[in-house]
Amino acid sequence: MQIIRNPKDVLSGILFIVLALLFAWQTQELPMGTAVRMGPGYFPLLLAILLGGLGLVVLVNGLRFPGEMPSGIAWRALGIITLAVVFFGFAVRPLGFLPALAASVFVSALASRKFHVVTALAITAVMVVFAWAVFIKGLGLPLPLLGPWLGGY
Amino acid sequence: MELIDNLALGFSVALSLQNVLYCFVGVLLGTLIGVLPGLGPIATIAMLLPITFGLPPVSALIMLSGIYYGAQYGGSTTAILINLPGESSSVVTAIDGHQMARKGRAGAALATAALGSFFAGTVATFLLAVFAPPLAELALQFGPPEYFSLMVLGLIASVTLASGSVVKAIAMIVLGLLLGLSGQDIYTGAPRFTFDLPELSDGFDFVALAMGMFGISEIIRNLEDEHQRSLVAAKVKSLMLTREEFKRIIGPVLRGTALGSFLGILPGGGAMLSSFASYSIEKKISKTPREFGRGAIEGVAGPESANNAGAQTSFIPMLTLGIPSNPVMALMIGALIIQGITPGPNVVTEKPDLFWGVIASMWIGNFMLVLLNLPLIGLWVRLLTVPYHVMFPAIIAFCCIGVYSVNNNTFDVYSMALFGVLGYALVKLDCEPAPLLLGFVIGPMLEEYLRRAMLISRGDPMVFVTRPISAVLLGLAVAALVVVLLPSVQKTREEAFKE
Repeated sequence: MQIIRNPKDVLSGILFIVLALLFAWQTQELPMGTAVRMGPGYFPLLLAILLGGLGLVVLVNGLRFPGEMPSGIAWRALGIITLAVVFFGFAVRPLGFLPALAASVFVSALASRKFHVVTALAITAVMVVFAWAVFIKGLGLPLPLLGPWLGGY
Repeated sequence: MELIDNLALGFSVALSLQNVLYCFVGVLLGTLIGVLPGLGPIATIAMLLPITFGLPPVSALIMLSGIYYGAQYGGSTTAILINLPGESSSVVTAIDGHQMARKGRAGAALATAALGSFFAGTVATFLLAVFAPPLAELALQFGPPEYFSLMVLGLIASVTLASGSVVKAIAMIVLGLLLGLSGQDIYTGAPRFTFDLPELSDGFDFVALAMGMFGISEIIRNLEDEHQRSLVAAKVKSLMLTREEFKRIIGPVLRGTALGSFLGILPGGGAMLSSFASYSIEKKISKTPREFGRGAIEGVAGPESANNAGAQTSFIPMLTLGIPSNPVMALMIGALIIQGITPGPNVVTEKPDLFWGVIASMWIGNFMLVLLNLPLIGLWVRLLTVPYHVMFPAIIAFCCIGVYSVNNNTFDVYSMALFGVLGYALVKLDCEPAPLLLGFVIGPMLEEYLRRAMLISRGDPMVFVTRPISAVLLGLAVAALVVVLLPSVQKTREEAFKE
């Protein structure tokens, strides 16, 4: 007899409880106020307690009723796509808009199992030209094309 | 006659060259992105939200609504042609629509969807024009306790009408409320949940959250399983309905419109519930129920009309009460707030050009949808043949550019990545992210009304029960919750959503 019958619910329950604790801990430094004049911490703490309670219910349900394991997680896509997005944020200023975009597009293309170098390079090229035409020329977004690291301003 | 004056005002706003253009661009972009499999209206609107920020509020809202029904319609096209519903409300359309397509009647299915949607959109727009102003007037008499209770009802109802575990969905709402409270407290200016990061002093960015949860995480999910799509697109020949088919769709379209218009007003109702309900009704009253699932045209006509009517009437609570009844409306409210407009009953009287302009533009947008989609169907079909692994890096690029351009802030890009991961994790744990978005938008309002209500009542929570309107609203919320948690109802609910 397994203790954890529904891993999805148990994990969700734990996630909710952890987040509730995190939020509750964050309200500690805020004045509570009274029910009449609620301080900035009053309502958030109320909600955090509620979230913790609901998390507990989900957790207990997960121990009582059978369910499934989370399956088919696309770890590769998750990692690569997150990396591509974070890289864009990191590079957009030092490298400039277009190089950052090109790198992100190319990297994110790696997330697919059908990745092909030529296709990926083609998508990257198309996106760079498209983004330049639409966002820089068309909408006139004030984004530096090349950043200081690449000799831009 | 006031109605005619108001509509005249609306059309004069909506028919200005600029606004017609934005409406057109919205519908076109919405359809374009909505057609892509796996991208529903929420993701589409979230992605395109930043490009509307530079526009005047009326144009921005007109464009966003255009994107909304464009995306909705695009989703049906995908559902019919490749059996891959881009969003929950076209799941039903895929059942019979795709079967029709396999029998060589793809054109007829698409035409049915377009005509049904247009008819439903017209009726629902008219209903919106008639019922919204009196509702707004009623809402003007609401005090803080009534608003608080109304929001609680809205949140609870949105959960009970959705699929999946109710407890988890409520937890997601509460999580959304908490995230929505981040940033400076409006009364004292005290920073909350900022984790000592100066970038969080205005709270989590709405666009970053929406794009991460609905754009990025959606892409990751689609990459789990990159199977080949069955495309029957080549068979789209004639868009004409036969006389017999035309006769068969009249009833379903009328019933779907009525049902969708009603369900759309309810909090949590909107497009998805309407299409499910319409499908089961059509199946029940049909003389040939066995045809359903094998390409019954009624199974396309009813749900498609219903979801469009529901999509349209769900604007009523958003525009009159400032309360989102579904995630799409939450995005609209977010957009309005960014534009500096607080949605609520005052919008009708203080910004009549906005209110009536948007209503008039809905009809124009629906009309454009028919004009645009039937002739352009060849283009959409070609778009569908573009493989996903070519498409998604471009979507990522748009998300990155979009979220960065809002505040020129790299922190927003990082938050989008974070919400992407969180959104994916939650989906994998069977926690729907949609209620979280609702909570996120409502959070600050809910707190403000609670605080004001408690000030008025001198800290007595009984105020929510002693004021009659508030009591009724809360009672409805409790009733909705009790009903859903009854074991017998829970069982039928599961079955209903499985079907």
